[in-house]
Amino acid sequence: MGGNSNVKLISDDGIRVDGRRVDELRPLRIEAGVLKRADGSAYVEFGKNKVLAAVYGPRECHPRHMQNPAKAIVQCKYNMIAFSVSDRKRPGPDRRSVEISKIISEALDYVVFTENFPRTSIDVYIEVLQANAGTRCAGLTAASVALADAGIPMKDLVPSVAVGKVNDQVVLDLQKEEDNFGQADLPIAMIPRTGEILLLQMDGHMTRAEFDRAIELGVGACKRIYEVQKDALARRYSMEKSAEDAAEDAPAEPQEG
Amino acid sequence: MNKEDQGSSREVVLPGDLLDSGGRMKAGAGTYTQDGKVYAAQVGIKSVKSNFVNVIPLGGRYIPAPGDSIIGKVVDIGPSNWLVDINSPYPAPLHVNEVPWRVDFGDTARFMNVGDTLLAKILMVDETKRVQVTMKEQGLRKLQGGQIMEISYSKVPRVIGKGGSMIQMIKNMTNTRIFVGQNGRIWLDGDIENIVFAIRAIKMIEENAQTARLTERVKEYLESVCKPAPAEGTESR
Repeated sequence: MGGNSNVKLISDDGIRVDGRRVDELRPLRIEAGVLKRADGSAYVEFGKNKVLAAVYGPRECHPRHMQNPAKAIVQCKYNMIAFSVSDRKRPGPDRRSVEISKIISEALDYVVFTENFPRTSIDVYIEVLQANAGTRCAGLTAASVALADAGIPMKDLVPSVAVGKVNDQVVLDLQKEEDNFGQADLPIAMIPRTGEILLLQMDGHMTRAEFDRAIELGVGACKRIYEVQKDALARRYSMEKSAEDAAEDAPAEPQEG
Repeated sequence: MNKEDQGSSREVVLPGDLLDSGGRMKAGAGTYTQDGKVYAAQVGIKSVKSNFVNVIPLGGRYIPAPGDSIIGKVVDIGPSNWLVDINSPYPAPLHVNEVPWRVDFGDTARFMNVGDTLLAKILMVDETKRVQVTMKEQGLRKLQGGQIMEISYSKVPRVIGKGGSMIQMIKNMTNTRIFVGQNGRIWLDGDIENIVFAIRAIKMIEENAQTARLTERVKEYLESVCKPAPAEGTESR
């Protein structure tokens, strides 16, 4: 929040600087299974954001003292690449990326059936290749597709989007200028089917009415993002869809020649 | 391939997809229930079997279950056990009592060393997924010679085929000895050329696991490469 809210970001007929209306998302493209070496992966383009997510695991948890004998732990590492922003970002973890890693792991921990894999860790790596506001939402959207691609049992996919307040109006999916010079930023992640909210942060100020309107906008947008996520996975496994012959559980008896 | 066409409705499901809303069917593997409804928990193929909805996974890690035949690699040795990597998140100790030889305390390295591969069976898995393996059964042994390849464990049933038809065909046509572990490791032994053909055939199965007429296509491939093979063999002799 730059606080400098006398910058005019929305025209009088409700058009934003990039030509969108206040309740419009940026163009979204998701690709599942883009990396060969990882167990699961996804690539997300959310407007000018470009985010890559990779999942490894469940695998043996190291260091040992972090193992939980009752369930798997979900470890997430969010990282912005040096060239992801206009001024070179100094590489390495910082206050912001540690926080984002934590909230994303906690959101994912809730949807994954961690109790199926005691003593293991599920590692999620999110790399932001290009940032233009809303990378934590793009990262979480990508990470949940990557988890599903890795074959990890989970309740549902997690779509995520940011809502904000710009020039005293509630707007959906802030882009960089709106994030910098707007009045509030509110990232939301949810399970669309149940309406459970997995991530909610707020920076800036909103009235109660504005907040309610923001949640309403965000929930609607999450449902649209959810469809794109499902479509990405369906495309990835569409070859399988043509299957007419059975992936039958043949009695996998050892056969010795 | 008529016998393989009988499959009921097969559709790809994603996590969170509704499988059964009426409570008519029970939740099987790869599913979960919420408010009496059954949902898919992972990416896979929906299958209905005797009133149970299951999701046959299309990916994921091998999770050991008692009775599985697996191919393990020794990664560590102790005075009375070997630690075996079974291609899963859990390492499996093999105790000297579960081995077909009489091993004195501290003498484990004389029988198997780090890096050796072995055929074993999962003896038991407890609730915290502590695994034990055994070699005390017929056919289980240390593997000598041959090669190991790894595929996704979810593709193992396809490599074996209905009643072992696929793997039997590969073995016969390439004249190799093959053992498929349920953890996705495959051991092959025979002429190096034939092993290469068998590996290519198995890779082909893994990549095209869910496509139609797979057995026929693998057969065509093997016929195209394997027919001249015996001729070359006799010439060189």
